[in-house]
Amino acid sequence: MRADFEIILDWIQPDSRVLDMGCGDGTLLDILQKQRSVKAYGLEIDSANIARCVASGVNVIQQDLNKGVDNFDDAAFDTVVMTQALQTVRRPDRLLDEMLRVGRETIITFPNFGYWPIRAYLMTRGRMPVSKTLPYTWYNSPNIHLCTFHDFESLCRRKQIKIINRTVVDHKHRVGIGSRLFPNLLGEVAIYRVTK
Amino acid sequence: MPEQIPDNSVGLVAPQVMQFDEPLTLACGRTLDHYELVYESYGQLNAKGSNAILICHALSGHHHVAGYHSMEDRKPGWWETCVGPGKVIDTNKFFVVCPNNLGGCHGSSGPMSINPETGKNYGPDFPLMTVEDWVKSQKKLMDALKIDCWAAVVGGSLGGMQVLQWSVDYPELLRHAVVIASAPKLSAQNIAFNEVARQSILSDPDFHGGRYYEHDTYPRRGLILARMVGHITYLSDDAMHAKFGRDLRTGQFRFGYDIEFQVESYLRHQGEVFSKQFDANTYLLMTKALDYFDPTRDKDVGLNDVMAQAQCDFLVMSFTTDWRFSPERSQELVNALVATGKDVSYAEIDAPQGHDSFLLPIPDYLAIFDAYMKRVAQESEGLCHAS
Repeated sequence: MRADFEIILDWIQPDSRVLDMGCGDGTLLDILQKQRSVKAYGLEIDSANIARCVASGVNVIQQDLNKGVDNFDDAAFDTVVMTQALQTVRRPDRLLDEMLRVGRETIITFPNFGYWPIRAYLMTRGRMPVSKTLPYTWYNSPNIHLCTFHDFESLCRRKQIKIINRTVVDHKHRVGIGSRLFPNLLGEVAIYRVTK
Repeated sequence: MPEQIPDNSVGLVAPQVMQFDEPLTLACGRTLDHYELVYESYGQLNAKGSNAILICHALSGHHHVAGYHSMEDRKPGWWETCVGPGKVIDTNKFFVVCPNNLGGCHGSSGPMSINPETGKNYGPDFPLMTVEDWVKSQKKLMDALKIDCWAAVVGGSLGGMQVLQWSVDYPELLRHAVVIASAPKLSAQNIAFNEVARQSILSDPDFHGGRYYEHDTYPRRGLILARMVGHITYLSDDAMHAKFGRDLRTGQFRFGYDIEFQVESYLRHQGEVFSKQFDANTYLLMTKALDYFDPTRDKDVGLNDVMAQAQCDFLVMSFTTDWRFSPERSQELVNALVATGKDVSYAEIDAPQGHDSFLLPIPDYLAIFDAYMKRVAQESEGLCHAS
């Protein structure tokens, strides 16, 4: 299992209600259903992924996150999860508000643009960084709102969002000493658990 | 005529008739003492009866879903795309049942049937039907076929409304509901289109108050008009543009009212063909059933409260360019199902063909539908082998 999924699994209560925004092929939801017997729905925009979710028996709803999620009631879910998708939406700040409206807690993962190789790439080459985690060029990247951990945390402070946990991992989704000491420099992906 | 029946077709099929002598009380307050349902079935019911699928047909549909009645048939059944060996609704795995609804004109009791009290065709005296009545009659057929629980009830458009009704009227009698290009109730605009269709039939001098059988005629012009207006709403603007554009039949204006634009030719042809095949009283009755459908009405509650009664899992699908049963209407249903904690998946298929999309081989649509039905099949098989 992907290490970030393992961390998320630890934060999900058995039999709770979960919404996964941008659920992809439904891998995480499948794990959560089997190991936590959650009542879960995924939101996904891509038809091929919808078919994969349906094939694995995961509830999936085709929906464009950029059009909002006002079809869900306040506090309809215990946890709203969003892995590696926040940086792809048009207004991450508004979606974050919405996630905290429909869920009591929110788990978010995103790539850290302050990770040192990215800084070094921009510094030495003077071009937008391309890496394994961020494999796109600037003009075709779905990642239109990249940020660093500091950026995200300052947004949370401004919105008075409480950070319950933060786990920073490297590109293999492992927790290391370096990323624990200097997360914004040495951490590649962060998994945040936040609430209002 | 098929020169050779394709391997993935159910092949030559024959409709069957089931006679019912127990009175059926209808929503309108009247009772049908005796009635017949004509239906087709494909595939084999397994030992535990866990693989039965009910298909509910739409406005102009009928029991002939797939295959051919004879080698002279020009076309197969109306859902040949989805029903057959190895297809989405796989007749190698499922026992598929589809009746012609009461009030229909393809063999089940309806306005064309003989009223035992008068010895003449019922005509306008055949009671108006509701989706609830149909579901009730389908339940009688289910009992007669000794099916305890449907693996899935499936339908598009008006058929999807019957699926919804099944899920709340007999929650324990189906495991899955597949609702395609449908709505939890019609909008005012939808009712308005139906009313135009009805008025074109009712105002045809050949209608004779619905007793045209006795005058050895039928409201041909009314039916043509009704179908023409209906057909416009089943296609999208884009689909019409792609198919006809502003093409002229002869390449130039003729400055008259004969057919000039290709789209006129198409609509008239569709109307013409339909008027020969479909009974006007049935058309009126079916459009009324569409208008009346609203499972929240009698109970004076919201859609959430109604859908809360359902116990089955749902697959809901809509099509982006369907403006007759728009994606928003399907989303209403999905929202109610999520709010009440039902297992539901929803796909909004990007397709240019409008409402008719549900009958067409659109790859994304078939892929998602197929993924769902494969799970239904696995579950049915599991139940069959479970001791």
